[in-house]
Amino acid sequence: MSAVLAISAGGGLVWAVWAIAAFACLASSVAVVSFANPFYSALALIGNLGSLAVMYLLVSAEFVAAAQVLVYAGAVMVMFLFVIAYVGPRREAPWAGGPSWQTLGAVLAAGALLVEIVVAIGLSAGGRLSRSEHVNATFGSPEWIGRLFLTDHLLAFEITSIVLLVAAVGGVILGSHTRRQDSGAAPQDAEPRRERDLEAVR
Amino acid sequence: MLGPGVVWYLGVAAFLFGIGALGVLVRRNPLIVLLSLEIMLNGANLALIVFSRHVRGGAGQIFALSVMAVAASEVCVGLGLVVALHRRRLALDVDRLSELRG
Repeated sequence: MSAVLAISAGGGLVWAVWAIAAFACLASSVAVVSFANPFYSALALIGNLGSLAVMYLLVSAEFVAAAQVLVYAGAVMVMFLFVIAYVGPRREAPWAGGPSWQTLGAVLAAGALLVEIVVAIGLSAGGRLSRSEHVNATFGSPEWIGRLFLTDHLLAFEITSIVLLVAAVGGVILGSHTRRQDSGAAPQDAEPRRERDLEAVR
Repeated sequence: MLGPGVVWYLGVAAFLFGIGALGVLVRRNPLIVLLSLEIMLNGANLALIVFSRHVRGGAGQIFALSVMAVAASEVCVGLGLVVALHRRRLALDVDRLSELRG
């Protein structure tokens, strides 16, 4: 991918693709935050993830780009859309809810965070971050990632599997617990039943 | 590295992180808060991958893949919570879910 881009236009095409991907990425992230309907927000996030995958390809991280599209845009977002369809897409005005000083404070806090990151990047950039370097062809390939995962980063790989297992068990417990309560007594019936149990103990 | 340098990518990553933080702070719907969290994680991922390309090492990409797995776990638990809230007929509003505030 990057070799093809390098042959074609000596950087001009890379700039063009990067500009399109960056614009799509920023526009869709703003859309996620500002849509009233969560369904549209989730669809905009899929576009955001796709344009990010294009940028990963531009920095020759092929395997991560593929995993991004498969795992994020494929699996995770489909789960999101299912849950939004289940809950029902309630519309809410993006800036409504909470007093206006809270909204103002949130905007100020996010802006301060952005300025802080940009200043940190600008202070550390100073010519060191703009060097152009070439990488060999195996950089970012699935074989290279797999070798790293099974040699240098084996512990991270195994711990990731444990994290996923715990999350899956947690999801099942969260789902089944409420189902038992729903099929059992109604919530207002819970208090008398506990008193009954206490009397039975006495 | 042809095309834009590292700083350009980092600018995009910073903007993504800021927008995600804004969404987490401003929005009231827990579903959109989760979506904004995904944007923040992706901003961090982009920075990790670009730095990995810059130093020509693999640790950044490994870290990005781990972040993806953690994000999938977070979505699993978060969506489980949203479904549980919906089943108990509670309002999907992070301002009204303040029973654990202490």
